[in-house]
This record gives sequence, C-alpha cells and structure tokens, in this order.
Amino acid sequence: MTIGLGHYLFVASMLFTFGVLGIFLNRKNVIVILMCVELMLLAVNINLVAFSVFQGNVVGQIFAMLVLTVAAAEAAIGLAILVVYFRNRGTVEVEDINAMKG
Amino acid sequence: MLLQALAFYLFAFVTIAAGGMVVVSRNPVYSVLFLILAFFNAAALFLLIGAEFVAMILVIVYVGAVAVLFLFVVMMLDIKITELREGFLKYFPIGALIGVVLLAEILFALGIFGGSSPTIAALDKAGAHIGAVENTRAIGRVLYTQYFFLFQSAGVVLLVAMIGAIVLTLRRRPGVRRQRVAEQLYRPKDQAITVVKVPTRGGVS
Repeated sequence: MTIGLGHYLFVASMLFTFGVLGIFLNRKNVIVILMCVELMLLAVNINLVAFSVFQGNVVGQIFAMLVLTVAAAEAAIGLAILVVYFRNRGTVEVEDINAMKG
Repeated sequence: MLLQALAFYLFAFVTIAAGGMVVVSRNPVYSVLFLILAFFNAAALFLLIGAEFVAMILVIVYVGAVAVLFLFVVMMLDIKITELREGFLKYFPIGALIGVVLLAEILFALGIFGGSSPTIAALDKAGAHIGAVENTRAIGRVLYTQYFFLFQSAGVVLLVAMIGAIVLTLRRRPGVRRQRVAEQLYRPKDQAITVVKVPTRGGVS
C-alpha cells in the first residue's frame, strides 16, 4: 500500500493527457488553451519533483521552480497578447485567428 | 502509511478530476476555478512527497498570480458562452482517440502495465528520500551556489515578461487630455507670467 514513483508518474501522465485533449477540443476559446498549457506544465512539474524526491537529488525541484517561472512569464505574455487581440478583433475564437495565414 | 496512501489517492483523484473539468467545463470562469483546485491538490501532493518549498511556491505563484490573472482576463473579455461549445462534439472523437493513444504511449513507456521499467522499479525500491536537511535549506544550498546563474536568469525572464506585457497592453488613445507634468515644470518664467504695469483707475484689460 506504499505510494511509489509510479503513482506520481501516473497522475502526471493523466494531467498531461488532459492538457493535450483540451488543446484539441477547444476550437472556440484561446484562454482555455492557455489553461491547458498550464495544466501540461503542472504535469511536468509533478514528474520533476517526483523523480527528484525518489532519487534524493534536489536539482529536480530547482528545475521545477524554473519551469514555474517560465510558466508565469508565458501566462503573462499570452494573456497580454490575447487582450490586445480581443481589443482589435473582438473575438478570441481559434478559427478566426488567421491573420498570419499566407 | 495507510493514511498517507489514502491522502495520496484523494489528492490525486481530485487533481485529475479537476484537470478534466478544466477541459470540459462550459464556462471559462469555471475552468479557471477548476484549474485553481488542480493546483491546490498538486501542491498537496508535493507536500505528501516531502517537497514543501515547491508546494508553497506552487500555491503562491500559480494560485496567487497566474490563476488570478486568468480570472481577470476571462472576466474582462466579453465572450458569449453559448457559442463556445459549438464544434466540441465534432472534434471529440478524434481528440479522445489521440488522448487515449497518447496516454497509452506514456503508460507503456513508464511500464505501468506490461513489464515494469527497471529504472522506476529500482527507484521505487529505494523509496522516497527525506533527507536530514530540511527541504527549503537543501534547495537554498544548491540554488544560491551551483545554480546561481540560472536563478538570476529566471529573474531576467520575469523582467522581460513584465516589460513585454506592459508594452503590449499599453495604448495611447487619441483625444484624451492628460497632464504633462514635465512640460509644466520645465516651462520658463517668461512663458508663464507677464508683468504688466497697471495704471491707476485703469485696470487690466
């Protein structure tokens, strides 16, 4: 009944799959796609921390913190782009975002 | 040990369920709230495994900053909820297929069903290392010495993100009168005042 590394890896893989699924399913809202990216980064963090603890090496947790930093920066930039886009076009639907299509 | 296992299953279940609800929830505000729930439970999982510092950072950064940012943006943008779900069912079969295939691939790679991966089995046998040093102290010892450059680079990344977000969202609207303090302060004396000689019983025109 002990909780091993595999349990944590299973949770992380489920979260990652949900993130990928959300990116596939959401055709109408870019914000939910950004949230799914955050979910995938959380799954990566769970993996990093679990391996770090089970190997007795603290460097994995430092990398988890760096991933957290990048996730925060990405969320800020992504939401700023989204706000500017909504201000200009009045929509955040994925299918309407084709301004850079050749 | 049993209590720990029960707590793990509870937190893991809520994390996964909240992650699923982020995807399928109808209203983006609910999605953000389920995202916060997932973050909290992931932090609890980190606490269980003995990574307290990352757990607290997760709560502070994700719940305190990122999720609130999402909540602000979701509420600021006026999106019609009814239109959001069109096409959900259309893409559901292919999305579910890809999800199942991806999950099966990951689980095969981990060896969760089928032959167990030797690396994971070896790590499992060693068990979780709870070191003699506290988690926060151990992280600090490595972070501020060996990975100091990485730590500073993370700060630069955050600074660039902050400047980028401000530059992106700043806008100057035409036709808005605003005070220009510098111009006011640097106005020379001869532009600001005029000295007139007022004749007696004449007044100033």
